Amino acid sequence: MKLSQDQVKKVANLANLTLTSEEEDKYADQLSDVLSYIDQLNLVDTKSAEPTFNVTDLSNVLADDEITPSLEQDAVLQNASAKKDGFFVTKGVFENE
Amino acid sequence: MNNDITNLSLIETLKSLEEKKFSKEELNKAYLERIKELNPKLNAYIKVIDEASEVPVAIKDIICTQNIETTAGSKILSNFLPQYNATVVDKLVSKGMGIIGKANMDEFAMGSSGENSAYGVTNNPWDLNKVPGGSSSGSAAAVAADLCVFALATDTGGSIRQPASLCGVVGLKPSYGRVSRYGAMAMASSLDQIGPITKTVADARKVLEWISGPDGFDSNCIEDGFKSKDLKLKNDLNGLKVGVPKEYFGKGLDSGVEKVIKEAISKLEELGAEIIEISLPHTEYAVAAYYVLMASEVSSNFARFDGIRFGTKREDFGEEVKRRIMLGTFALSTGYYDDYFAKAAKVRNLIKLDFEKAYDECDVIVGPVSPTVAWNIGEKINDPLTMYLSDIYTIPANLAGIPGLSVPCGFSEGLPVGLQILGKYMDEETILNVGEVYEQNTEWHNKKPDLGI
Amino acid sequence: MNKYETVIGLEVHVELNTKSKMFCRCSVDYFGAKPNTHTCPVCLGLPGALPYINKQAIEDCMEIGLALNCEISNLSRFERKNYFYPDLAKGYQISQYRWPLCINGWLEVENEKGEKVVIRINRAHQEEDTGKLTHSNGETLIDYNRSSVPLVEVVTEPDFRDTAEVRDYAKKLQQLFRYLGVSNADMERGDMRLEANVSVRLEGTKELPSYRVELKNINSFRFMVAAIEYEVKRQIEALEKGEKLVQETRGWDENKKQTFVQRVKEEANDYRYFPDPDLPVLEFTSAEVGQMKNDLPELPWEKLERFVEDYEISLNNAKILTEERISADLFEEAIKQGLEKQIKPQQIANFIVNQKIKLDSEEDIASILESIANKKVDMIEDESELIRLVQEAITENKDSADAYKSGKLGALNVILGSVMKKSNGKVNADKIRQLLEDNLK
Repeated sequence: MKLSQDQVKKVANLANLTLTSEEEDKYADQLSDVLSYIDQLNLVDTKSAEPTFNVTDLSNVLADDEITPSLEQDAVLQNASAKKDGFFVTKGVFENE
Repeated sequence: MNNDITNLSLIETLKSLEEKKFSKEELNKAYLERIKELNPKLNAYIKVIDEASEVPVAIKDIICTQNIETTAGSKILSNFLPQYNATVVDKLVSKGMGIIGKANMDEFAMGSSGENSAYGVTNNPWDLNKVPGGSSSGSAAAVAADLCVFALATDTGGSIRQPASLCGVVGLKPSYGRVSRYGAMAMASSLDQIGPITKTVADARKVLEWISGPDGFDSNCIEDGFKSKDLKLKNDLNGLKVGVPKEYFGKGLDSGVEKVIKEAISKLEELGAEIIEISLPHTEYAVAAYYVLMASEVSSNFARFDGIRFGTKREDFGEEVKRRIMLGTFALSTGYYDDYFAKAAKVRNLIKLDFEKAYDECDVIVGPVSPTVAWNIGEKINDPLTMYLSDIYTIPANLAGIPGLSVPCGFSEGLPVGLQILGKYMDEETILNVGEVYEQNTEWHNKKPDLGI
Repeated sequence: MNKYETVIGLEVHVELNTKSKMFCRCSVDYFGAKPNTHTCPVCLGLPGALPYINKQAIEDCMEIGLALNCEISNLSRFERKNYFYPDLAKGYQISQYRWPLCINGWLEVENEKGEKVVIRINRAHQEEDTGKLTHSNGETLIDYNRSSVPLVEVVTEPDFRDTAEVRDYAKKLQQLFRYLGVSNADMERGDMRLEANVSVRLEGTKELPSYRVELKNINSFRFMVAAIEYEVKRQIEALEKGEKLVQETRGWDENKKQTFVQRVKEEANDYRYFPDPDLPVLEFTSAEVGQMKNDLPELPWEKLERFVEDYEISLNNAKILTEERISADLFEEAIKQGLEKQIKPQQIANFIVNQKIKLDSEEDIASILESIANKKVDMIEDESELIRLVQEAITENKDSADAYKSGKLGALNVILGSVMKKSNGKVNADKIRQLLEDNLK
């Protein structure tokens, strides 16, 4: 399968990546190569195969509802790029609330 | 004197400490001196802890260490100070181990050569012009160059076994779920496992005992810790059935590597093992399935890097990281999920079944780890697909969740070659036994690179 | 003008009142707490952190599902819903999509004509809440205390045809959550959130309309009903004018009494759901599910029916008395205690409803019974009427009267009981005893 530059743009947008136009070109080519390689999966007969999402046979791995201490606020914020009054700060996002 | 100390395996080091042949201070001093001398050449460490005081261990820099910078080899985490320790770090610390440094790596474990680090490539101790393999480049190089007693690393598609093979040391990827992943930054959550890179097989066994076992923070981690059976180790392989998959000896396998591996298999036979040719028919599709599933999980796992709570902006991701995020985002997007993600998950099932069938006939499966020995730095960096294909022999074990061990088994073109021993799910015991019998009956593990000191 | 039919589907989110969060053991008691003090590597989405499922939350979700007549899936799993927003720490929400925990339920509600209609419930699934954003001066402040608090989402089929059904459904759900004790279900605090998908179609058409308007961020039943009514009117007018309606999200402006556009969906969100590789599946046997179903408390609508039947109280009184589980339980306790004092359930029910009493403790029972006993309400006060009742009873229970006179004092109770019965309990027992004693001297 071949990816167009438009598709690359759309995917980059979904992935929250800002790409330069050179990067878009490059990824369109490289990802098309990789996807062409991946397309050989179509040669495999998987009619009788169940999907394997993980290999463990575990189920119902559940924790008791008991509180353990949280982190200190200072520690929580120690790697923040911007903080204020105990909050993380980011550029304004627009939504009517 | 110093070299004598840093030469020792973990088991020997612990014994010497117990017998008070040297103190922990002397031990750390010896390692720190060696690091000071050699790290500038090798670039195995991103950060060295000068005040280290326990048994010195290298920790791959993707494993969180509380209030010690953890960069994962990425620019985006250049200032990241984790608020917590990974479970494996806590477990090691409780056994008297200490962190001597954070090992270099391909950015977020994405790479097979160590060249994708934002902190510079690590050099192979056997030939500084060669790559050490990846993604656990620094961990393997540090062990090979005696810059630590052992290292912890992660393996998603071969990142422990392949650099161990290329650097001539022992690397163990445990079964998926054997060791808690909590605190190891996730690349592909259904494939990642933490494991040791060590100087001997016995060391790997010891470390696995320490780091495995239940953890209330990783739901996929099983309750049973690995406990070595208290059998006196046999010195032969009588009664052992060794499967050799024909698919691991086809096109692409370097003839020098093939020769070394065949000799190793002969040695196993000489030691009493029965060699059986087996087939893992879906091997050729493993890389394709892996790239879809791994990249899909990557695209989601790396969404948390938004520059708000930690890290810098997403533009600081390296090229390979962006490439995988893009690939995975596409594979999960509307209209493509069934053809890519769901299809790959089904192929994964077939690959897992291949192994289950094979293990009806044999106890372990052996073959090469890497199709080639270490290559020149820069040789494959602009050709991602070729780089991906170099993981063909290691990826299937991650897809199936089974354990795999790389043991030094000789040299080709003067560079180390590793023998891969794959086991049944949760049967690390057998592959460690086979590896140890082989190791103790060969001299490869005693060979050390000449680093000019 | 054409005749139109309203098509409404509801999504209800309810925040569970577990002690700890959905996927970590931070306290959920974040209300009023300092920002980012109820957080840890997991709910902050720090690199390397992993989720671990809260058992209580899963049980709560199953209880909700079972109460809503859902099947519990033999196998269910968590998936990741991927999108970027600053309140979403991991860049994905752990939710359920292809394999929800509870499926195919239903609930009976009343429509505007008072008829009972069945609303099909597509699913009740488990997920996690997001952090909270505050916008000020072009900046956005983020508090992750709420991040990963357990949420259950109950999704109906588009089966509602009028707002009476919507209101009844929402009320019933709120009542249910409180009965089960799984949530305070307070709308204003955001414990319970409603989203309605509203569209209209020509009466008689069967297909779903090609668009739907999502009404979101509306924090009271009343506003939601107003918003739906406004929307239906707006949409019909637009269609009559030949306008094309589009898929969009709208909110409610209470001042202007109208809905307003929040977001137009140019294309459907692409959430790239896939099974969360960090979390093992959930599997329950039919025996386990059966046991759970057996262990469910009596549901409000079951209690309502039983009250009407067993205590012969009016439907309206029963509705009021079953509104909350605690007051319903206290009412039943009052009935038990009242029986000893010859006070009838109807009297108690009438008294509570008429006096608008809110039952919330044992002491309330005592005071209610005392008030009733002291004839504060609805009691026969007229002395001559009381004497007539007493004399009638003595005549009818001649044997007991004789026995009493001959010294068997206990026989008085038989006559007393007779008076209580004749008067439907609307007499003060102490007073009657006095009158009986006087008359049998």
